[in-house]
Amino acid sequence: MSETAAQPGRRAHEPFLQHHFAEPEQQVEAGKIGMWLFLVTEVLLFGGLFVAFGIMQTRHPEAFASAHHHLDRIMGGLNTIVLLSSSFTMVMAVAAAAANKRKQLIVFLVLTLVFAGVFLVVKYFEYSHKFHDGLLPGKYYSFQGESVPGEFMFFSFYFMMTGLHGIHVLAGMGAIGWVLRRAIRGDFSNRYYAPVDLVGLYWHLVDLIWIYLFPLLYLIQ
Amino acid sequence: MTEVITPAAPVHRGPADLHYLNEHRGLRSWLTTVDHKRIGVMYLWSVLLAFLLGGIFAMLVRLELLTPKKTIIEADAYNQAFTLHGAIMIFLFIIPAIPAALGNFVLPLLLGAKDVAFPRLNLASYYVYVIGALFALGSMLTGGVDTGWTFYTPYSTTSNTSVSMMTMAAFILGFSSIFTGVNFIATIHKLRAPGMSWHTMPLFVWGTYATAVIQVLATPVLGITLLLLLMERVWEIGIFDPRLGGDPVLFQHFFWFYSHPAVYIMILPGMAIISEVVPTFSKKTIFGYKAIAYSSVAIAFVSFLVWGHHMFTSGQSDLATAVFSFLTFLVAIPSAIKVFNWLATMYRGSLDLKAPMLYAIMFLLLFAIGGLTGIFLGTISVDVHLHDTYFVVAHFHYVMMGGTVIAFLAGLHYWWPKMFGRMYSESWARVAAALIFIGFNMTFIPQFIMGSRGMPRRYYNYLDQFQPLHGFSTFGSWVLGLGLLIVAGYLLGSLRKRCDAPGSPWGGMTLEWTTSSPPITHNFETTPVLTHGPYDYSLPGRRA
Amino acid sequence: MNWLRSIILPAEGSAYARQVDDLYIAIIVICAFFFVLIAGLLSYFVWRYRRRGPDDVTPHISHNLKLELLWSIVPLIILTVLFFWGFNSYMVARVAPGEALEIQVTGKKWLWQFEYPDGMRTLNEVHVPVGKAVKFIMSSEDVIHSFYAPSFRVKMDVLPNRYTELWLQPREEGVHTLFCAEYCGRGHSDMLGKIVVDSEEKFQEWQALGDEQTRTMPLAELGALLYESKGCSSCHSLDGSRREGPSFRGVFGEMTSITGGPPVKVDENYLRESILDPQAKIVAGFEGIMPTFQGLLREREINALVEFIKSRK
Repeated sequence: MSETAAQPGRRAHEPFLQHHFAEPEQQVEAGKIGMWLFLVTEVLLFGGLFVAFGIMQTRHPEAFASAHHHLDRIMGGLNTIVLLSSSFTMVMAVAAAAANKRKQLIVFLVLTLVFAGVFLVVKYFEYSHKFHDGLLPGKYYSFQGESVPGEFMFFSFYFMMTGLHGIHVLAGMGAIGWVLRRAIRGDFSNRYYAPVDLVGLYWHLVDLIWIYLFPLLYLIQ
Repeated sequence: MTEVITPAAPVHRGPADLHYLNEHRGLRSWLTTVDHKRIGVMYLWSVLLAFLLGGIFAMLVRLELLTPKKTIIEADAYNQAFTLHGAIMIFLFIIPAIPAALGNFVLPLLLGAKDVAFPRLNLASYYVYVIGALFALGSMLTGGVDTGWTFYTPYSTTSNTSVSMMTMAAFILGFSSIFTGVNFIATIHKLRAPGMSWHTMPLFVWGTYATAVIQVLATPVLGITLLLLLMERVWEIGIFDPRLGGDPVLFQHFFWFYSHPAVYIMILPGMAIISEVVPTFSKKTIFGYKAIAYSSVAIAFVSFLVWGHHMFTSGQSDLATAVFSFLTFLVAIPSAIKVFNWLATMYRGSLDLKAPMLYAIMFLLLFAIGGLTGIFLGTISVDVHLHDTYFVVAHFHYVMMGGTVIAFLAGLHYWWPKMFGRMYSESWARVAAALIFIGFNMTFIPQFIMGSRGMPRRYYNYLDQFQPLHGFSTFGSWVLGLGLLIVAGYLLGSLRKRCDAPGSPWGGMTLEWTTSSPPITHNFETTPVLTHGPYDYSLPGRRA
Repeated sequence: MNWLRSIILPAEGSAYARQVDDLYIAIIVICAFFFVLIAGLLSYFVWRYRRRGPDDVTPHISHNLKLELLWSIVPLIILTVLFFWGFNSYMVARVAPGEALEIQVTGKKWLWQFEYPDGMRTLNEVHVPVGKAVKFIMSSEDVIHSFYAPSFRVKMDVLPNRYTELWLQPREEGVHTLFCAEYCGRGHSDMLGKIVVDSEEKFQEWQALGDEQTRTMPLAELGALLYESKGCSSCHSLDGSRREGPSFRGVFGEMTSITGGPPVKVDENYLRESILDPQAKIVAGFEGIMPTFQGLLREREINALVEFIKSRK
């Protein structure tokens, strides 16, 4: 740290190095630690919901089994593929940034955004179908067809879990948009692309949570 | 036999002309600052305000309990008063008090760093705290809360008071806590001064680290629990509501999975302060550095496995009860180790009974009582009798107030000259410390007896046989309150003076004493390089 | 240490309470030892090693493995012993003897309701015989409550969606307080009950007299309640219509014909006999399907039913 104070010249070559870090590596590593810790809190946040879901499912197995038939596996499966693809394009974007390929970076970021958008559109159709049928959480549940008592609880979880996940997708899109803007502006190089890397980590987590949500909600039996 | 090593010579003997408090001026410079010291100071005033508010509710509760039946307020108002006392003290005061207020200020200084790893996240944490506090205030103004700070279902899902808003407040405050935790872990990993290894870090850093780990791992679970509670109230999702097929005891499991570790979020930083104050004022190296450091981590780990000891009478299985009881006893061991280590540090030291040390000694006595009475509550059959009685109330006040708040006061007196560059009146400090010690014991010792005799907690009305003890307790609370007011008086009074504190008023050896008081904006003139351990007061053959 | 017990603990209502108290006192002794040790060392150090001057020299003592092991292992051993002790006595409190008297408890804002096996109900006051094991099977109608009887050192939460149990075996006659120990709102601190321990005879007598309602309600009103609650209404109408049994309307004081016997006058004695021994004189045209209520009705309850039938003109 003392070196940087002694070599103000070196700092000038690192426009994104914050004043309290001595070297870029230190800043990048601190950022990674921070992001991983943040991901841990996210896992625990969803973990709480998963545990609650598991407990309620064992208490009301018939209701949960019957309720999940209302979910559209085709749409859910489609969304799984879409998100997996977006994760792939995100990996490619990070690789492009590391290889100093600005154009590729922009293309892959845009692709990731498009996939995220498709995910939300599919989700929108699923949601509107549920709204139409009255398959809603808690006291709003008003499904008229044959059903097992307690299905409202399944839909409570369905909307809470997919809703919370949806919010994370939106937040991820915001973050990717921000990185995209900076990429277009030319902020990144193979010497500095930590934001791309960190947003990538976050995006993989969003994807990973869906990988658990899909079988849990759509395929339980 | 040994060569005396005097503490590192401070760079500035006298107060600096330009420091973090006066280099930038104006409200705007404060509200947009990313300087950890300024954020720490803003946190400090905020938590002290919360402490005052929570304290007013505490006095109100004690005053009402002066006599059975109505003394000054009705049952509903009383129920709100103790709920708000608990919620404010825990979520707005104790949890952020040491890590976010004092910790923010001193952690980078102790590490020899210029700032925390993520300064903007740090400021965000403060603003999130303020938003959470506003929600809590909003809840108070829109009907208050009467559920107890624990929000037990199904009472909390059926209460028609402003529970939802208070739940939101606690949820938001959780994020503030998580931000601080993430920030501190990254800071400790990456921003230690050259030469500072994990085993030469000051023990305050170790304590903060263990605390941050709990903050990061436990708080999200509280977040989701409160979210589920909120959904239960708004959507009636049926998870905690027995009428809809839910399980109210499940809420208790979720709640205590966070809130027991949260007890250690509160006490570990307190212990960490004591580990700094005792060696400095004993002018002697800390005894058993590694034992103290690792016992913090051990406490953090085991704290996740003991939540069920809040639920011995909740109808959980006997096996669970037995396991939780045993693990609860295990978590007592690291605490005991720390107490003995501090004592051993004082052995053959050169004890200077300045205000911080007085509070540290007070901490040892009160925390010993708090810890020892925990043994009653860990022992299952005795706990069944004492659970939810005043014994529990007294026990956790000995740990939370006798432990954490007293340690907070020790830290505040220890670092006050560093934070504001002013010394306070040592004689007033002694008077106040004596009043706080006497008042505190007068307030809470009678509660141990009442609890053992079967006085349940959260009671507005009580049997006549308890009146003398309740009266004594209320009287004690006035002495305690007076002591705290005196502290506020002389500390605030010191701010009217010119800066007069030397860089190192106590002769401490950790890095924060090598810079001026108050520190300059970038903390150190040159990046400090460690040449000795944090407590090497008399290591043979080395000179600072 | 009986003086200590009498100061800090409530009266002991059962042998189990004594057991818990023994453990409590043992812990007090252990805690007192450690507190005196800590406070004593602290005071001694503060006095003995007070700062004499700015140039005091202190020794560099970084650690001492033996000492550290000592103060880790000794507490561990003590705590392990306490754990087993506490667990053992807890298990005593959890397993009720098979022949216990079972009482159903319902907690609701803000009162306790008790129901005995014979259907007798009481409010906020439960009588139990001395020396007998009593088992409470509890549930709540609204929020969580907690059944806490300090004299017996027992406590158990009362939950809205399931049953919890607790048992006690009172040692001597007396009255003990019952608290609600789980916060339940405005009336939480007034949700008090009484556990009255009676001698065997007094308990029998109290049971024979019945609950508050049975003892004090005007007879005809009590009869009207029993007519519904004991199931009379399913076979005996009040409006004269014919069901499985004769209607009660205007039956009192009339002569009625009997299957296989001379007609009888419907008076108090006939009604009483018909309740306790229904097959003795069956009204012509009806089948003898009524069960006996011998032992199921208290004396006053029989009187009440008779009075009620009398009043149906």
